[in-house]
Amino acid sequence: MSMLVHQLRAEQKLFWRSRELAFFTFLLPIIFFLILGSAYGDEELDGASGYLYLLAGMIGYGAAATTFAGLALLLVLRREAGLLKRLRATPLPGWVYIAAVVGSIVFIFFLESVSLVTLGRLAFDVAVPENVVSLVVALALGAAAFAAMGIALTTVIRSAEGSSAVVNAIYLPISFISGAFFSADSFPRFLQVVAEVLPLVHFIRLVRDVMIHGDHVWEHPGAVAMVVLWGAAGTVVALRGFRWEPRER
Amino acid sequence: MNAVEVHELRKSYDGVEAVRGISFELRAGEVFGLLGPNGAGKTTTVEILEGYRRHDGGEVTVLGADPRKADASWRERIGVVPQFAELYPNLTVAEHLELFAGYYRRPRPTSEVLGLIGLEHKVGAKARTLSGGQKRRLDLGIALIGDPELLFLDEPTTGFDPGARRAAWETIRSLRSLGKTILLTTHYIEEAQRLADRVAVLRRGEIVASGTPAELTAAAPASRISFRRDGETVVVETEEPTRALHELTEEALREGRELEALEVHRPTLEDVYLSLTEEEPGE
Repeated sequence: MSMLVHQLRAEQKLFWRSRELAFFTFLLPIIFFLILGSAYGDEELDGASGYLYLLAGMIGYGAAATTFAGLALLLVLRREAGLLKRLRATPLPGWVYIAAVVGSIVFIFFLESVSLVTLGRLAFDVAVPENVVSLVVALALGAAAFAAMGIALTTVIRSAEGSSAVVNAIYLPISFISGAFFSADSFPRFLQVVAEVLPLVHFIRLVRDVMIHGDHVWEHPGAVAMVVLWGAAGTVVALRGFRWEPRER
Repeated sequence: MNAVEVHELRKSYDGVEAVRGISFELRAGEVFGLLGPNGAGKTTTVEILEGYRRHDGGEVTVLGADPRKADASWRERIGVVPQFAELYPNLTVAEHLELFAGYYRRPRPTSEVLGLIGLEHKVGAKARTLSGGQKRRLDLGIALIGDPELLFLDEPTTGFDPGARRAAWETIRSLRSLGKTILLTTHYIEEAQRLADRVAVLRRGEIVASGTPAELTAAAPASRISFRRDGETVVVETEEPTRALHELTEEALREGRELEALEVHRPTLEDVYLSLTEEEPGE
């Protein structure tokens, strides 16, 4: 237990000292929220305030940026740098390490969500969500599922070079077609179909239903099922294919 | 009991044998050098002993356990300096040592490790600002922080300039005097000669010679005496250099000649190593 806390602290230190990672995963969703909110936040989207609609979308995008993309990148870079291999020579159990890395990035995501909500309140006068419990449950569910998928993604990325390009090429378009930045209703039909198969659109919808309509998580079993299913698939791939060692050189 | 026992170890990658049935042992408290050119199987062997790789055949015992089945308490007792591993660029020297110290039940105090690796003046420096030699010393510090009995050093000075190499040798010698058992791989003959109590020369996955550096040179090719006569270099190879030299100088004195550029060349470990690892023509 003390080892987990020890590693969690170290992970927080490492995250905030890595400026690129902190910028792209933590700061970018906040910057997008400010820009897009100023652009069309005062419009009405799907019968809701544009600000609130966008806030929920940015939290969804934040989950993908931190717990999926950020986690995958961080693990690939450390693996290819031989840092994970070095850890395997110490008595630190592998699961403690993974738990600390995931715990740290999930904490970053929650910090990001709190920052977005606070910023919405301060900058755009968006009301703070009422059923906080349902929101936290939804976010925790999404964070866990995306973290599993992030670890699964490391198994198909073979080298550090170009890893960020690969990760960006996956999560940015998906965030786009999942309606994180705008309503996806005007997008071509086939893009909407693709998005429906993927988990992010369901997660964003779940967050919107909770934040905008005050729904409870369990009122949307379909969306929950999609997120859980993808999370489970990610877990299976991660457990089978996760590597601690860099590619042979 | 020996710290490491290796018997008929074999390992192949995709049908290619990297290690072909080697046997050796490390006695507690000694420095054992695994010497060989690149691709001889040194790293494969070490990584099997460290528990990173599974072997295909033979028996391996490290600190009384099979490395593949070893647990955290076994890892408490070993230290590893990998051939290649980066550091956390944004953590300082002290932060690295403190981070890794947290993984062990009884770590060696950070200040002591800093003294051993000679980085006291760099405690607050971020890893990315360190020189190659300083990074390698921090690698060693990380391996030492758990106060291990057995240390694996995989090519610890590759890429060093001669000054940094000498400094690293001093450090490794001081570890030996702490009673650590050390397995050192290197392709520098001088390094093995200066540091190792015993050496095994590895070539294409096989041990082609082993013993103390003195034993290896004793089994070496003959001594060579060379000098110049009429502008040409004359080389005499002999098993009895004292007698041969005496005869040569006696003859020269009698004829009133000078033996120009006279040299007696005793075989070094390098000669032995080169004659052992020399590739046959056509290979």
